[in-house]
Amino acid sequence: MAPILSIRNLTKKFGGLTAVGDVSFDVPEGSIVGLIGPNGAGKTTIFNLITGVYKPTSGAIEFRGKSVLGFEPYRIADMGITRTFQNIRLFKNLTVFENVLTACHMNASYSFAEAILRLPRFRTQEKALVAKAENLLEIMGLMGYRDLVANNLPYGLQRRLEIVRALALNPVLLLLDEPAAGMNPDETEQLMRLIGRIRNDFSLSVLVIEHHMDLIMGVCEHIVVLNFGEKIAEGIADEISRSPQVIEAYLGTSLEAADA
Amino acid sequence: MSWTYIQGILMLAGINMIAVLGLSLLTGFTGLFSFGHAGFMAIGAYVGAWISASPASTPAGLGLPFILAIVGGGAAAGIVSYFIGRISLNLKGDYFCIATLGFGEAIRLIFNNVNRFGGARGWPGVPGRSTFLVILIADVIAILFLANLVKSRHGRNMIAVREEELAAQIAGINVFRYKMISLIISAVYAGVAGVFFAHYMTFIQPKMFSLTKSTELTIIVIFGGLGSISGSVLGALVLTALPELLRAFEIWRLVFYGAAVILIMVSRPKGLMGGMELTPSGIRKALAERNALREAKTKLLADAQSGEED
Repeated sequence: MAPILSIRNLTKKFGGLTAVGDVSFDVPEGSIVGLIGPNGAGKTTIFNLITGVYKPTSGAIEFRGKSVLGFEPYRIADMGITRTFQNIRLFKNLTVFENVLTACHMNASYSFAEAILRLPRFRTQEKALVAKAENLLEIMGLMGYRDLVANNLPYGLQRRLEIVRALALNPVLLLLDEPAAGMNPDETEQLMRLIGRIRNDFSLSVLVIEHHMDLIMGVCEHIVVLNFGEKIAEGIADEISRSPQVIEAYLGTSLEAADA
Repeated sequence: MSWTYIQGILMLAGINMIAVLGLSLLTGFTGLFSFGHAGFMAIGAYVGAWISASPASTPAGLGLPFILAIVGGGAAAGIVSYFIGRISLNLKGDYFCIATLGFGEAIRLIFNNVNRFGGARGWPGVPGRSTFLVILIADVIAILFLANLVKSRHGRNMIAVREEELAAQIAGINVFRYKMISLIISAVYAGVAGVFFAHYMTFIQPKMFSLTKSTELTIIVIFGGLGSISGSVLGALVLTALPELLRAFEIWRLVFYGAAVILIMVSRPKGLMGGMELTPSGIRKALAERNALREAKTKLLADAQSGEED
């Protein structure tokens, strides 16, 4: 399958520090790819590079065969790439419904004048936005919390709401940054099924950063491992969990191996 | 108290209200603080005065109808705000606020030194065209315009910028563009308020548009409650009338004014309205939020208890 996202020789330096060094990998269309590595390995930096928050020092990022370099984050969102954040960034003082409704804005095209004069196009499009937002909440099981201010949601549901808000943008590629952080095994299990389900229901490709190995091993078809900004391994779950380099990156070198 | 006296205070409150509503969009809904909006009021006041003052007066005006003064004053403030925005809207948070402060003072000093517009002595010959009815109509239009804007995808995008700028970007919102539009609209409101102010006082002077005026506008917005149009309306009415009602305290007047503002901010930290709207739909929304919170609490509590029983 043709890759939906292809990253080639991507490098990002902050002063003398190489956060991402010469990393290349693909996200095949319709797949779920895992991005793992110890803290500080450069995973979130790669997300920031893909979404245009940072500009790369060198290298290429192509989405559906077209370069996304040099575009503002909102333009990249327009193209169909969206993400969630490691430290949740919801519109905290808005209700669950308003969070999703705001993100639905790309489905409407009425102008300022049409909004202020309340013209027919405003009314019909606004109705469609409300229907879309409510439908998404229904599918994702958040309808029971529709009018709750996002800040008051339980932690696990805040992460879920962030995913719903991302889905409201009709993405083609969804980037999830540690979606299971702070979740208990039960919630992680649920999230794993959810990721698989939205990939199928919304026909997306997913790139996910995660530390929970059961989630990564359970849901990802392909795994990329980073350490100190460099790719050290890539492959299917089984290969990765047996790769000596990966074990070394996570657990350090055993004394025996060091002696040998 | 005579009706003329009360009417005078109401007119002043109505003029302030226009500027406050504009600033409410910028500060309350888009999350950008400004301490330079008196500068936009000054631009509106002077351009408006120039358009409508008689060519025979000194300084000479164009002697055109009042409506053109309103349009011209608002447009002039809007155009200036566009250039200010181009330079300063890329600044983060507090730095933008400081840039507006510099702008406001610069405008005042420019008018202080341009003799064509009367310099520091001021402009005495502005026709008194701001009537009670015209101000009332302007306020109604200003409120409707703002309410309709805020309750649309454009208004929601501005609120998203206020809530979480990075997330707004990632959600496909052109943050710079929405900040710019919000700034321009707020400047046009301030400019129009300036035109009404000039034609109410019939005399304008640069020192009327000092930092104190900018601060007063921002205080009213915060006092009314950030993100609430009804709060801005109430705030403008209360805080314009309060100094007048406190005239009995003579020299202690401003001390009581300050104490009243502090008292309200301490007892209601989110302002008079705390982001709520005093409309049927606004009240329904606030009630729904409260209910949702109560339901969520009971649900979570029940979940936790059933978890313990397992």
